[in-house]
Amino acid sequence: MTGVTAESGGRATGTDAAAAGEARPDLGALERYFEDTIGSERRIEPRDWMPDAYRKTMIRQIAQHAHSEIIGMQPEGNWVTRAPSLRRKAILLAKVQDEAGHGLYLYSAAETLGADREDLTNRLITGQQKYSSIFNYPTLTFADVGVIGWLVDGAAICNQVPLCRSSYGPYARAMIRICKEESFHQRQGYELLLTMMRGTAAQREMVQDATNRWWWPSLMMFGPPDSESPNTEQSMRWRIKRHTNDELRQRFVDMTVPQAEALGVTLPDPQLRWNEARGHYDFGEVDWAEFKRVIAGNGPCNAQRIVNRRAAHDGGAWVREAAAAHAAKRKEAAA
Amino acid sequence: MTNEQSEGNVAASASQPRSGWPLFEVFLRSKRGLNHVHVGSLHAADPQMALRHARDLYTRRNEGVSIWVVQAADITASSPDEKDPFFAPSGDKVYRHPTFYEIPDSVPHI
Repeated sequence: MTGVTAESGGRATGTDAAAAGEARPDLGALERYFEDTIGSERRIEPRDWMPDAYRKTMIRQIAQHAHSEIIGMQPEGNWVTRAPSLRRKAILLAKVQDEAGHGLYLYSAAETLGADREDLTNRLITGQQKYSSIFNYPTLTFADVGVIGWLVDGAAICNQVPLCRSSYGPYARAMIRICKEESFHQRQGYELLLTMMRGTAAQREMVQDATNRWWWPSLMMFGPPDSESPNTEQSMRWRIKRHTNDELRQRFVDMTVPQAEALGVTLPDPQLRWNEARGHYDFGEVDWAEFKRVIAGNGPCNAQRIVNRRAAHDGGAWVREAAAAHAAKRKEAAA
Repeated sequence: MTNEQSEGNVAASASQPRSGWPLFEVFLRSKRGLNHVHVGSLHAADPQMALRHARDLYTRRNEGVSIWVVQAADITASSPDEKDPFFAPSGDKVYRHPTFYEIPDSVPHI
């Protein structure tokens, strides 16, 4: 028995694993045990030995996911004060609060691998770590709120459901919790759009316009085509990725087309049609040049998203300090 | 860029020197009759704040009727590694299980 912290005793984790490695110099055996654990569909837990590359990849994956949830509050938060009814406002607030919650579940999962919370925040606001490119597009009308729920959260669910079986235990558990909540996100969006489609011609036009703007960026959420995704093979072997980018993209298209038909909107792709032989929808080529441009920082809202996040972090500094001072004082008084 | 430095100083005596607020582990009783179960962790300045944050973060949909928080640094843990010799004593004591004992099928209620 060792006297270290529990699951999330992050920083102790790395040191412990290293110490264990020293005590048992047979690295091959550790690696075999790690591979066996993954191979037999058991989970890797924080204090298990793991290859450095696995740890690094997991931290990057979880941090990027956490950052996406946190930045993802902004496009929809933009409409909280202008929601058309109290009902819509309450729903939107709950949804944005969920995104914050998802970010926090994920940051704490990253911490079990030895990542530091402050460090992760700093990497986000200094642009050293990325978030999903989808959140660099603006929300121009209230229909965007609905389309984000339907398409963006729909794509996120496609991506995330397989991650509930990620080989890394804390991440898989966070994903289970997140997926349960995402279902509300998608349904509220679709219901919002149904309501608008039953409204005026101008409202229907808003829904179509928002669909036109969000469709292609949503397809980009699955990442580059398999031919340009060199890490996929290793990630599949480690079972931190269960399907390739193109497989998930196809699944999303197949799921979404009938939803678009039920809604009465047209997806903006002239090449979109059912392929009887494949049993899937064929669809046009994503504009990968745009994808790369947005990832590189040149999307419509990249700068604004980071400025806002940084302002919130800096603006909250005095609150964090005051709370820490208050806690220290109370501790002193109690002693 | 930020005031992390001063924040770190205030909490310098805490167990997490690089982070402003220490880490707490959160345990939830989902309903009466069940044990508290670990659900995750969060940062807070003190236990009271940790409880409030835990309520906001882990019980937004009635997931709990009772919350425990405990500072992560105060937990003593064994290794979860299944090969750990710590758990060896129970590994070879099959006679602790009812299936170890053979009883004729004709004997009822046992």
